Amino acid sequence: MALALSSGEQVGAGGNRSQLTTARIRAAWLFLSPMLIALAVVAAWPLARTFWLGFTDANLSDLSQSQFIGFENFYAVYDGEAYGLLVDPEWWNAVGNTLYFTVVSVALETVFGLVIALVLHANFKGRGLVRTAVLIPWAIPTIVSARMWGWMLHDQFGVINAALMTLGIIDTPIAWTANPDTAMWAVIIVDVWKTTPFMALLILAGLQMLPNDIYEAAKVDGVGPVRVFFRVTLPLLRPAIVVAVVFRALDALRIFDLIYVLTSNSTDTMSMSVYTKQQLIDFQEMGYGSAAATLLFMIVAFMTVITLIAGKLRFDGEGER
Amino acid sequence: MKQLVKNSLFYSLVLVIVFAAVFPFYYAIITSFRSGSELFSTSLLPTSFNWDNYTGIFVEQPFGTNILNSVIVATSVVVISLAIAVTASYALARIPFKGRGLMLMTILSVSMFPQVAILSGMFELIRSLGVYNSLTGLIIPNTVLMLPFTVWVLTTFMREIPKELEEAAIVDGASSFTIIWRVFLPLMWPALVTTGLLTFIGAWNEFLFALTFTLSNEVRTVPVAIALLSGASEFELPWGRIMAASVTVTVPIVVLVLIFQRKIVAGLTAGAVKG
Amino acid sequence: MKFKSVLLTSAFLLGGFGGVASAAEVTITCGSVGKGQELCKSAVAEWEKNTGNTVKVVSVPSSATEQLALFQQILGSGSDDIDVFQVDVIWPGILGNHLIDLKPYSNGAENDHFQPIIENNTYEGKLVAMPSYTDAGLLYYRKDLLEKHGHSQPETWSDLASIAQDVQDKERAGGNDKMWGFVFQAKAYEGLTCDAIEWVDSFGGGAIVNPEGDITINNPKAAKALDMAASWIGTIAPEGVLNYQEEDARGVFQSGNAVFMRNWPYAWSLAQGADSPVKDKVGVMALPKGGEEGKPTGALGGWQLAVSKYSKNPDAAADLVMWLTRKDEQKRRAIEGSYNPTIVSLYNDPDILAANPFMGELKDTFTNAVARPSRATGANYNKVSNAFYNAAHSVLSGKVSAEASLSKLEKDLKRIKRKGW
Repeated sequence: MALALSSGEQVGAGGNRSQLTTARIRAAWLFLSPMLIALAVVAAWPLARTFWLGFTDANLSDLSQSQFIGFENFYAVYDGEAYGLLVDPEWWNAVGNTLYFTVVSVALETVFGLVIALVLHANFKGRGLVRTAVLIPWAIPTIVSARMWGWMLHDQFGVINAALMTLGIIDTPIAWTANPDTAMWAVIIVDVWKTTPFMALLILAGLQMLPNDIYEAAKVDGVGPVRVFFRVTLPLLRPAIVVAVVFRALDALRIFDLIYVLTSNSTDTMSMSVYTKQQLIDFQEMGYGSAAATLLFMIVAFMTVITLIAGKLRFDGEGER
Repeated sequence: MKQLVKNSLFYSLVLVIVFAAVFPFYYAIITSFRSGSELFSTSLLPTSFNWDNYTGIFVEQPFGTNILNSVIVATSVVVISLAIAVTASYALARIPFKGRGLMLMTILSVSMFPQVAILSGMFELIRSLGVYNSLTGLIIPNTVLMLPFTVWVLTTFMREIPKELEEAAIVDGASSFTIIWRVFLPLMWPALVTTGLLTFIGAWNEFLFALTFTLSNEVRTVPVAIALLSGASEFELPWGRIMAASVTVTVPIVVLVLIFQRKIVAGLTAGAVKG
Repeated sequence: MKFKSVLLTSAFLLGGFGGVASAAEVTITCGSVGKGQELCKSAVAEWEKNTGNTVKVVSVPSSATEQLALFQQILGSGSDDIDVFQVDVIWPGILGNHLIDLKPYSNGAENDHFQPIIENNTYEGKLVAMPSYTDAGLLYYRKDLLEKHGHSQPETWSDLASIAQDVQDKERAGGNDKMWGFVFQAKAYEGLTCDAIEWVDSFGGGAIVNPEGDITINNPKAAKALDMAASWIGTIAPEGVLNYQEEDARGVFQSGNAVFMRNWPYAWSLAQGADSPVKDKVGVMALPKGGEEGKPTGALGGWQLAVSKYSKNPDAAADLVMWLTRKDEQKRRAIEGSYNPTIVSLYNDPDILAANPFMGELKDTFTNAVARPSRATGANYNKVSNAFYNAAHSVLSGKVSAEASLSKLEKDLKRIKRKGW
């Protein structure tokens, strides 16, 4: 799961090195071609099309009638009033929601994932079963788990309210998915439930890579377990955690199904993807929606790079490790 | 004494984790055995044991076919994307050439576009390829959807394999293809199992493409079939059946995970999550 | 008698074969609903037998929004995969561009239907869809509870609120602490547009946009209606209604935990189902008036059948549409599935009234029904509806006052209207 790639293999000896390297580079392109062709044929067209439509006024009701309008989908002024994505409060609301959701859910998933990974790393009876149990949420299709939780969080016949009331924690049922204050949290709870296992798995793999001798040394020196965790384990785990966070954040920034099923188009929880889908399909604004998709793409790319830099992971094929 | 406290704390933590993970699934199971107004009950214990919902989905709906479709699609996606990704990731991980980092970033960026945004372009493509409403029409986009992830994970796995093995082969004059086939593949089984399983679950759960690119029940996959389960009247949700269907499709995955869980972790470890 | 039927059959066969040159295959969506699909399939089978054509029935997602998304995808790409679409009452303006004119095939059959629906289905002078059945918002109430606490049916919304409060309080004091006065649909989705437009219309506040296309929503009557609805939340209605759809409301009402419910006619047969705790305790009436000067109302719903202009067999497809919307078929659907006919004369049909006692009263509801402004706003309807239900939702959840929300809504609607509807 390393991001920086090692390179500069010391191939062969002296004289025939460059010749060999040339042959190997040719082989590299040959090996890459199936993937590149697959991506070019299947992915390039839809991506390029979306990008292009973002600069047109295309409408789903008649796609043949679209015109190039430059940046008008992003920003335009008519009669002294500004229009376009960049001044659309709904869009910025969606951006805010998405960022909030991403930061909170990924942070919680990381913490819980770390705890679970540490537990699963320990040796105890029934570990295999516990591991499998932990992975169950991840195996359930998102659509299904969203509905399942929607039912469990229901204010009148939801089992969660019933349980909380029986325990005396609340005295009136909470309308989890309806109340503007709790709706986003409902989404976060479900997402954390569903994807923490994935996080835990990636971190667990990292944990198992840590060399045992460091721990032995710490034990000999009489360092407490808490200090060992913060001084030794966490720093060593950082790369694994950063990679897991990047993959999760990529998904979280594009979250769609879960919100769509749980709270649909409510502005309290609308994410960038839900906004895009609403413009593209519900409102038939192919041009405007594609512009939103392009902007979403750029935000995601930007966030990814930021995370990689913040995680101090280099992202270059050529540099040495 | 201290050890005992520590142990009981540890086991209660384990219990909390297992409870949180399993409870919703347990609730889905007991709900799937309920019917009618009983569905609105919040009882935590099984109140009845009624197989109607299960027979309903298999007899009245082609749910067996749907499961088969999902298996075919997910398996094909796994096989094709692994085949493509193994060679590609060898090139990306082991052969130094200009623009490697850029290429990895480009591959990653394919998965940065929201799925909804490429939906209509993909739809046109699928139709022009003449594979609309067929399993092929699901395999193609899903493969491309999963490919960046597969390539990424395999590239990092591949990178961690000691270069001495490869060098020896190169000195012996082995071609790159032989190196992959003879040297890398045997070492990569755990990694392939892990990536394969991740890809399988990804393709198994994919919903938006599967909904848009199919039309008839005979080619629909499981998530779509579940989402399209209908009640007897408009607005009515066939809750018991949805739960029965969900339980039915989750069980095989759970079994799969149970069988492979050792391998999954081993595979990730072999892939060496380190910077 | 026998001779007559033979003659009829052969005439029909001739007609059937005459209209369609050779056996064609037609693909149709009949909605997602079990009963509706069953009725559709049996009618289709009969048509197949009569015409020699074959029909493929495809199932679609249960949520109307998702159906629309799928249909737009299919029609937008000019695909001929589906010939006959079942479309919601608000879609003709959105999909009209992709549908054929059915007038050449109807032989004037549209004149027997409710005229507002036919008008609704006319897009740029073309009849793009034939009505199959109709719906309108209704008020369900607990006959037994009203009787027990000495109340009669509410005339106005404020009657409803006070009765609901009274019964709720007494029932809760009597031990049922889950009891609520009124449940309805207030999730931010199309259903809230229906509910809210009913409140506004019952006060005489118009229908968001008038038929001429002017934005009329920002008026004191509309504000009064929304403020009134907001006052219900947390008092007579659970806070959870803010995320309720039809089934959530029915769940509460049918488990006996609500005095009143706003819902579509479908809930009737379910509430009367064998295992329903409220069986025989339920009454149905038109929604109350806004005030003394208000009027009873109900949002118009319902489904139509339309033919894609990309269809390879438009003649056969149109013939099938006419077959499925004809009088006998609507009668059969009314009797077997409680689907409200769109043909006016069927509301006096004794067989139908015997099967569905409440349908006689419904005729008035349909006459008074308020249509959502999908015709005036055309392809922009979804945007208008979205702006409206979000405005209503923010009032209901107490974030803003109705007055402020409506003036913001007016501004948003003007923004949408910028390029004309």
